Amino acid sequence: MATTAPESRPRRPPTRGLLGGASVPDAAFRAVALAFGALVLALIAAMVAVMVQGSVHAIQRFGLGFLSGTLWSPNDRIFGALPFIYGTVVSSLLALLIATPIGLGVAIFLVEMAPHHVSNAISVLVELLAAIPSVLLGLWGIFVMVPFLQRTVEPALQAVFPGVPLFEGAPYGVGLLAAGLILAIMIVPTIVAISRDVMATVPVAQREAMLALGATPWETTRRAVLPYATSGILGAVVLGLGRALGETMAVTMVIGNRPVISPSLLEPSYTMASVLANEFTDATYDLYVSALIEIGLVLFGITILMNVAARLLVRRTARVSGRGER
Amino acid sequence: MDRTGARPPEALLEAAAPARGAAVAAPAASAVRIDSLGAWYGARKAIEGISLAIAPRTVTAVIGPSGCGKSTLIRCVDRLHEVTPGARVEGRVHVGDVDIYAPGTDPVAVRSMVGMVFQKPNPFPTMSVYENVAAGPRLRGSRIPRGALDDLVERNLRRAALWDEVKDKLGRPGADLSGGQQQRLCIARALATDPAVLLMDEPCSALDPISTYRIEELMRELAGDVTIVIVTHNMQQASRVSEWTAFVLAGDDGIGRLVEFDATEQLFTKPADPRTEAYITGRFG
Repeated sequence: MATTAPESRPRRPPTRGLLGGASVPDAAFRAVALAFGALVLALIAAMVAVMVQGSVHAIQRFGLGFLSGTLWSPNDRIFGALPFIYGTVVSSLLALLIATPIGLGVAIFLVEMAPHHVSNAISVLVELLAAIPSVLLGLWGIFVMVPFLQRTVEPALQAVFPGVPLFEGAPYGVGLLAAGLILAIMIVPTIVAISRDVMATVPVAQREAMLALGATPWETTRRAVLPYATSGILGAVVLGLGRALGETMAVTMVIGNRPVISPSLLEPSYTMASVLANEFTDATYDLYVSALIEIGLVLFGITILMNVAARLLVRRTARVSGRGER
Repeated sequence: MDRTGARPPEALLEAAAPARGAAVAAPAASAVRIDSLGAWYGARKAIEGISLAIAPRTVTAVIGPSGCGKSTLIRCVDRLHEVTPGARVEGRVHVGDVDIYAPGTDPVAVRSMVGMVFQKPNPFPTMSVYENVAAGPRLRGSRIPRGALDDLVERNLRRAALWDEVKDKLGRPGADLSGGQQQRLCIARALATDPAVLLMDEPCSALDPISTYRIEELMRELAGDVTIVIVTHNMQQASRVSEWTAFVLAGDDGIGRLVEFDATEQLFTKPADPRTEAYITGRFG
């Protein structure tokens, strides 16, 4: 209906360069906004430059072998980052695997089922969960979750899946599983908050159209609300992933901090963020420092890569699901 | 034309409404029978004491100024009114011989025998043209063989006079069609569950005159096998498409009541109530 002609925009003199506005305040505003915009780019560029410069030593020494090397031995001056890359990626994906269904379930409950006051109360609690400092979560992880995993959950997993490589090894409590769980707790609020907001913006007309066809409430959620909200929900998951990749403190406290690559989720592991936090003060010689900085560079690269991939995914689904109201 | 003979036997004016005993014996002669219907949004009462009986395979228009509760009225026939938080209903509604507000009646079952077309075209944007039409039948649980589903989609797109325009783009998203086509797609989607009654809530208010004309034409054709109730604020449209017209008006208390229900020709030429006459001659609303 509302087909506003593009010609009907307020008249404005044609732009004359970036600072060619009509009035002085306008030009000043442009300059300030431009400066802030450029600042973001400059910051990123500076970060990359500093990290590349700092890691030159390690890059020259190990080349691409740094990424595929599985041995991290500062005493022998050998540095391979693969165990940390593995630990970061696997613990984050595990967290996503656990947190996505839970977060989505909570969001569906909040938007589609819960009465208003219940929904509001739970929303506040969920957001409170996001505000817990990660060191506290880590502490709880060490004193409560890890012993519980060690005594109850891990033996049970091994009993149910005997001989499955995913659950082999001695149950330490600390390890990839503990890290994945702690990260899941940390990213559930992100996924809940964003998918709740996205689902709340699905037009009532979409729900009613499905209900009017004789759909049950669940069918309405599954066939009308979720498809419409898919790209936003993906966005929520991506933000959660971003948080999981970079999270340091809580993970460091429960992952076991051992640079090994094991298919078992019960084995200790190590993440890139954790090794940076743990070893920076111990780095006594140049190559060590340089290797740690290169780890930072790799983490930065992986985060960016994941974000770009996720954006492409979101855009592809948005092309389908965003076509509702024009 | 013998006017008294043309009235449906249950055409109850509001004055005759308190015949509640009659409603229990669910007369199958009317497709929809509404008795003393009232509806609330929270503490606010939107409509009150509305009783009317709608003859099968006719087009009945519900007219009235904005805010008189005419949309609320038809949403009660689909049990969609209660979807709004805080909304509730009193009175009785029969669709065929089903008492849709009886304690044991499942609203989901009611909605699958009654179709609804909304004010703004609302095809499912993530579904193709084909999937939009198939959405209702697919809810019925059991898997429909592909061939049968193809036939069903084609038949209903034909019923909605859309087949020729979309037969080569069944796989395209429903939202890619023009506004008028989208609305006909929504009609096809509603028809695909084979409803006995099709409710239309100002279906043309977002459409251009040509699309409006096509949908009006379509309503006339569909009236052969479906009972249509259309809410419209457009009196010309009511007089063009409907055999029966109900005029609903909100009183000073803001509560909508049925003023007059009669054959469309009668209502527009010799209205019984002075308020109807005032409205159709454009003195208010």
